[in-house]
Amino acid sequence: MSEIETRFLAPPAATGIRLDLAGAVTRRAGAIVPLLAVIVAWEAASRSGIVTPFLLPPISAVLGRVWEDAISGELALNLGETLFRSLAGFAIAGAGGVALGILMARRRWVRWFFDPIVSVGFPMPKIAFLPIFMLWLGLYDVSKISMAVFNAIFPVITATIAASEGVERQLLWSARSLGASERQLLREIILPAALPQILTGLQVALPISMIVMIVTEMMMGGQGLGGAMIAASRFADSPGVFAGIVEIAVAGLCLVKGIAVLRRHLLAWHQEAQEPTTV
Amino acid sequence: MTSETLRMTSEAVNDIANRIPAVVPRYLPLLLLAVGWEALTRTGLVPTSALPPLDTVARAWYELASSGDLWTNGVASMTRGAAGLGLAIAGGSLIGILMAWYKPVRAAVNPIVQFFYPMPKSALIPVMVLWLGFGDASKIVLIFVGCLLPVTLSAFNGARGTDEVLIWSARSLGASRARVLWEIVLPSALPEMLSGIRTALALSFVLLVSSELIVARQGFGYMIGWLGDGGAYDAMFAVVLTVALLGFAADRLYLMLVRRILAWRE
Repeated sequence: MSEIETRFLAPPAATGIRLDLAGAVTRRAGAIVPLLAVIVAWEAASRSGIVTPFLLPPISAVLGRVWEDAISGELALNLGETLFRSLAGFAIAGAGGVALGILMARRRWVRWFFDPIVSVGFPMPKIAFLPIFMLWLGLYDVSKISMAVFNAIFPVITATIAASEGVERQLLWSARSLGASERQLLREIILPAALPQILTGLQVALPISMIVMIVTEMMMGGQGLGGAMIAASRFADSPGVFAGIVEIAVAGLCLVKGIAVLRRHLLAWHQEAQEPTTV
Repeated sequence: MTSETLRMTSEAVNDIANRIPAVVPRYLPLLLLAVGWEALTRTGLVPTSALPPLDTVARAWYELASSGDLWTNGVASMTRGAAGLGLAIAGGSLIGILMAWYKPVRAAVNPIVQFFYPMPKSALIPVMVLWLGFGDASKIVLIFVGCLLPVTLSAFNGARGTDEVLIWSARSLGASRARVLWEIVLPSALPEMLSGIRTALALSFVLLVSSELIVARQGFGYMIGWLGDGGAYDAMFAVVLTVALLGFAADRLYLMLVRRILAWRE
């Protein structure tokens, strides 16, 4: 379907608020049924004795454990550590990646130097460098956050380069002929026009920094959700392991949904906002 | 110097700097990095305990390769990766296309996919150890589970985007539903599926190395951890670089393959 067709076929945004609300409620209800089925099947499997409670503790016990962690303050502590480090890594990777990407798109010698590094570095499994980071930077926040930055920066750089190169030439020429300075050009034309694609790059980078943070915490130990999980598994404490999975899954879901909401806010002016996006 | 001459000089410098890239080969910067590495360690600016010189790393690599260690561990890792990724590609494409083709399947599976897709898959490592132990099975299942959802979603989105007019035309010309699925939906879903599989390929390397680093008795990740613990940093760097280059090579090979598969679209 062409873009114009979709826009005509889409219901007008202003009139449909009440209808849309009803639709959203039924859609949510429809989405909850399969998830409930998974939960019921999980509980039934472990209660009926098909699998031992060690291999799969009942979800009620797991949620009870999450609740205990929340009461004792353990959850807040570990969750806070993990979120702080992943978000710090994500923020540094985001700022650095956008800056480097724009420089690479605008300055040819920067492009020349970094292009082979980025194109070789992007597909590499950079998690293999983890022991090297431990050797250089130790076992604490600095090495964990650096590892997240190192892993998450590549998709931001490539998305920013592609985005700033995709900016319409006519826009740049017109702004320049109207006397815009290089800085104005960047702030008023390039960044807004490149924003959708840059945000896509950031949406890729956020889960990466989370995945990497969990692994580094598992490797290096200490506080954080990953460290807590690996400690639980060393003591064969299976409710603890599953509680960790539930906590990490919910945290990941919230972060990903959060950045999607942010995207919708930032791009409210963009035609993309009119078209629903998946995930 | 007047500001005018200053401006002209800076323009001239810029001009020359802009012309450098056209003359020198593309991968020279990587060579510069390698030379910089060697220089840093040789001059003693960086202690060799933190960064072993590149030539000792190369020698350590040669020793690991000739003793057969690199080969046996490498084969163990690559078999795990290939098995997990292969299963994920088969399962994910099947589920994704079924989701696009049958509404009830979509209604049942889509919420589950949407809920679990953002989950950091590395959280599953301890559970896999709990369930399947330290061997191959825990890594293969981890990679399968981790890579399943990216493949499923890309197959679903690809198949969902099939031009309806093509389906209607084929149906009105008497094609069976199975034939429409095979000859129209699958080919038009292919480009998106292949890009989802590329994501899964990169993810499979990440999950493989991290699970082997954390718990394993064999494989590249295990080697990296064990060499690092023993203080054999030159050998550790050798294995890290080997894994990194294998990941890069796998991606490039895959892109070449994709270009061949999609050649009919041109």
